[in-house]
Amino acid sequence: MGVPVRRFDAVIVGGGGAGLRAALQLSEAGLKTAVLSKVFPTRSHTVAAQGGISASLGNVQEDHWQWHMYDTVKGSDWLGDQDAIEFMCRTAPDAVVELEHFGMPFDRLENGKIYQRPFGGHTQHNGKTPVQRACAAADRTGHAMLHTLYQRNVRANTQFFVEWMALDLIRDADGDVVGVTALEMETGDIYILHAKAVLFATGGAGRIYAASTNAFINTGDGLGMCVRAGLPLEDMEFWQFHPTGVAGAGVLITEGVRGEGGILLNANGERFMERYAPNLKDLAPRDFVSRSMELEVLEGRGCGPHKDHVLLKLDHLGPDIINQRLPGIREIAIKFAGVDPIKEPIPVIPTCHYMMGGIPTNYRGEVVAPQGDNPEARVNGFYAAGECACASVHGANRLGTNSLLDLVVFGKSAGDSMIKYIRDEMPTWKDLPADAADRSLARVARLDGQTNGEEVADVRAAMQRTVQSRAGVFRNGANLKLGVDEIAQVAERARLLQIKDKSKVFNTARVEALEVENLIEVAVATLVAAEARKESRGAHAHDDYPTRDDENWMKHSLYFGSDRSLRYKPVHTKPLSVDYIPPKERTF
Amino acid sequence: MKKMRFSIYRYNPETDAKPYMQDYEVEIGPKDIKLLDVLTKLKAMDDTVSFRRSCREGICGSDGMNINGKNGLACLTDVATLAEPVTLRPLPGLPVVRDLIVDMTQFFKQYHSIKPYVVNNTPAPERERLQSPEDRKELDGLYECILCACCSTSCPSFWWNPDKFVGPAGLLAAYRFIADTRDEITSERLDNLEDPYRLFRCHTIMNCVDVCPKHLNPTRAIGKIKDLMVKRAV
Repeated sequence: MGVPVRRFDAVIVGGGGAGLRAALQLSEAGLKTAVLSKVFPTRSHTVAAQGGISASLGNVQEDHWQWHMYDTVKGSDWLGDQDAIEFMCRTAPDAVVELEHFGMPFDRLENGKIYQRPFGGHTQHNGKTPVQRACAAADRTGHAMLHTLYQRNVRANTQFFVEWMALDLIRDADGDVVGVTALEMETGDIYILHAKAVLFATGGAGRIYAASTNAFINTGDGLGMCVRAGLPLEDMEFWQFHPTGVAGAGVLITEGVRGEGGILLNANGERFMERYAPNLKDLAPRDFVSRSMELEVLEGRGCGPHKDHVLLKLDHLGPDIINQRLPGIREIAIKFAGVDPIKEPIPVIPTCHYMMGGIPTNYRGEVVAPQGDNPEARVNGFYAAGECACASVHGANRLGTNSLLDLVVFGKSAGDSMIKYIRDEMPTWKDLPADAADRSLARVARLDGQTNGEEVADVRAAMQRTVQSRAGVFRNGANLKLGVDEIAQVAERARLLQIKDKSKVFNTARVEALEVENLIEVAVATLVAAEARKESRGAHAHDDYPTRDDENWMKHSLYFGSDRSLRYKPVHTKPLSVDYIPPKERTF
Repeated sequence: MKKMRFSIYRYNPETDAKPYMQDYEVEIGPKDIKLLDVLTKLKAMDDTVSFRRSCREGICGSDGMNINGKNGLACLTDVATLAEPVTLRPLPGLPVVRDLIVDMTQFFKQYHSIKPYVVNNTPAPERERLQSPEDRKELDGLYECILCACCSTSCPSFWWNPDKFVGPAGLLAAYRFIADTRDEITSERLDNLEDPYRLFRCHTIMNCVDVCPKHLNPTRAIGKIKDLMVKRAV
């Protein structure tokens, strides 16, 4: 078909925190690396992270990575893999110090060290008392981190392909990954990028929900590509609802507000979290706070004319703290909620925020999939890091500030694994299969030829309505069954997506249609996996099965798109160097 | 439902010999609060209308455009405040790729030209480099830039010399690194700007300050760089 081929040692798909951290590793190792990004790298959604990045630096109070690990395991509701969690928490202090050395503008304590604030679920002595572990740059930590990583890549001369959208993963007859196809948006041309190793750092897919803190670009492209390439997705039933999205607008208000002393109030003016979490109160983990808020609303104690939200009060912090530590939040509240938090509380509701599941990897960033008896055989040449990956460090519920940490820890570790693989195992490129670009060309050709089809905006809205109403904070069997059927119907409609714009140059209609194809794969996986899990764990709260069932369900789900089937694999209970943290009841 | 009139700059290089303005009427519902909400709705009506957008909360810097004659972010602009017909044009002074999408190569080239990264050749300590809260405060109002280009593309000096004048965004970044106590190459950074164009094309017109959606002040940063130049000259 004459699709042009470009050849690199490594191709990184995604220019957010994980992609940029990995790129730095590869560029500095002197490997020929291409970073593809749908948007200019500093526009990636890492930029929107607010509250902090966790590390047991102990700058304010005594802290240890083992406590961080305990909190993360407990936060994950014992679905996280303890080897990966140990690796992340043990590496965290070095990872944060490295960012500081890169020039990241962290806030500072009087003694000149990095400022740390309290955050949900961060404790000393395995759950006893809150600890200040979240390293922060005001309430713009993600922005500060992403720009710093980009800047560092400018210094390292990393080669960026800006506004290139990866379309499909290329696997050869052995199942090894040998590259990707990609669309250069400015010209509309399709290329094959031939590589010895490919990293997906494509971020989340929160746009499967109608109300989401996520950006428009968070469309699960990496996950869609995996499903089409016959690879499984892990733990897709687990979606984090952030307690404090601006009611109506969905825009994120950081947990750092509560870290700085903000509290949640119901219609009676009651600080209701004291009832649900007597110890950590408003700083319990996110799944826990979100459920508490939903219960307040369901029991009639919601605020506003429709009694449909609660209030986040922070005026008692005073203008100085708000302006110094939470300036971005003040701006957001004024712009998107119409209130100045120095005077009035912010109306908030739990809002889809983060995908705990994703492409199955180990803590080295290698993508793994079942092969024969081995549930976790390495997929040669394929790596994933960041929100699109499932290592799994977040298990059934992620702790706040562990996401930024995940990006840099696993971005680096995936980069190191790729360097080793390329140097030790890949002296040269494997051949591209003859049909390497066929699937992508067919997808684009179908879009161009489709008439009497389905409007992209309509299908997307139908998908978002379904996921929002069937797989929300609280789930039940009947609703999930309906959801599985409904999303299958939406997926049928998505086969007929049509666009009116058939032009080549910067055709954003085409990009949106291709994105919806990816979102649909994620939405189906979510409902199928959620319907099957007959327990409540972390963010998966099932009314019919209200308790955690470790005997039957302490296992990861693996979703296969070809026949929409599920398999399961065990949770890693063996940490790398410390003792296993056995399951306990999860109270705060 | 209220209807609003829009006049939007259209140009598709494949089909249009030259750009033109196209009129639209859009029904404004209760959820159409920001200009980006309306543009998203408009795109569902006419999918050929092309613009960039991502975070929809003013932090990614994608949706800078010229709105009724003034640069701003569509996602932070309240549509109710806009006079009709709402006239939308691409950011001025950069080549148009299509519709409201401009080619930002020149803008980023200038940003890259100021070495936008901390340079510190002293061996790094095991822990963080220390910085006092006062020294850190020097970076406030500088590091928050989102590279949306609203400032540089509102600057007449940048319009005339986009290849030679660093522009307000690039100079704000230049001062961000000069002001960082961890950076060791202030003198090299000043050398890099000591040129009739790179820094001194700023004539303090202050359009940059007027349009910055993050309320930053590139003119003040430029003034501080000029002060440092004077100081080291005497």
